[in-house]
Amino acid sequence: MSPEDIIRPENKVYSRPEYLTDAITHYCPGCSHGVVHRVIAELMKEMDLGEISIGVAPVGCAVFAYNYIDIDWIEAAHGRAPAVATAASRLNPDRLVFTYQGDGDLAAIGTAETIHACNRGENIAIIFINNAIYGMTGGQMAPTTLLGMKTATTPYGRRVDLNGHPLAITNLLAQLDGTCYVTRQAVHTPAAVRKTKAAIKKAFENARAKRGTSVVEIVSTCNSGWKMTPAQSNDWMAEHMFEKYPLGDLKNV
Amino acid sequence: MAKVHGAVTIDRQRCKGCDLCVVACPVDVLLLQPKEVNDRGYHFAFANNPEACIGCAACATVCPDACIEVYRVVEK
Repeated sequence: MSPEDIIRPENKVYSRPEYLTDAITHYCPGCSHGVVHRVIAELMKEMDLGEISIGVAPVGCAVFAYNYIDIDWIEAAHGRAPAVATAASRLNPDRLVFTYQGDGDLAAIGTAETIHACNRGENIAIIFINNAIYGMTGGQMAPTTLLGMKTATTPYGRRVDLNGHPLAITNLLAQLDGTCYVTRQAVHTPAAVRKTKAAIKKAFENARAKRGTSVVEIVSTCNSGWKMTPAQSNDWMAEHMFEKYPLGDLKNV
Repeated sequence: MAKVHGAVTIDRQRCKGCDLCVVACPVDVLLLQPKEVNDRGYHFAFANNPEACIGCAACATVCPDACIEVYRVVEK
């Protein structure tokens, strides 16, 4: 068959989700943020949530999420997305409220807000992008940075005596009574992307059904910060990150 | 036996040449342009071996910029 016979509207099996705007993202080539944005935009259409969703954007690379996903957004101060989402979901109980946060936002400056929102069991979904580095500011060490990992502020690798241990905050959140679904996923292969999509879908369903807080951690790459190509950083992530941050459900009640 | 034919279209201006689709493709259809670049200077992806495409959408599933559309025909 010739390409003209195949490329017809009736044969289309995948196209750009309609909830993504036409803007070209400012993310570096190969950034995991783009994949997660796309998955959220697909779910907005499939679950018919686009008109009733409120996203809370973080400070970090995803600060411009409102330019890329065509739903209602609130921009929170650094780390305060779960607190803002608490207000949004309590004042608008018929809406889906979710936060989209990086590891510097959720696990460093926003630790208190994150833990208390999860402990209260607010009916929100938290999407947590963990790339083990402060990507936007130039690749400094984050709480989630692995031991021995070189960053702008740990040029000889992270040391326990100087910098402490990496923080697996999702494991902490799974201990809290307020969370109903805590999972860790990745987006480095097509299969992993499909699992991540199923996990975010479940988190959105839980928030809509008022079952408590759902946390979806997505172990991600920051190829610019890690100084690798996108394909190399996916391999590096599978080899090193999954040891400290193993994939799978941590809690599902 | 049914034969599956696939095809992809790539928005070359939106592509950032990250190479993830090339790695994800199970039948080695895609490649990055070795010399040609788009308006923003990226070596965009193209279907180097379009006959092999099976329309599995693995490339579109990992594309961070959602610039790939996939078509599939099952010939009975």
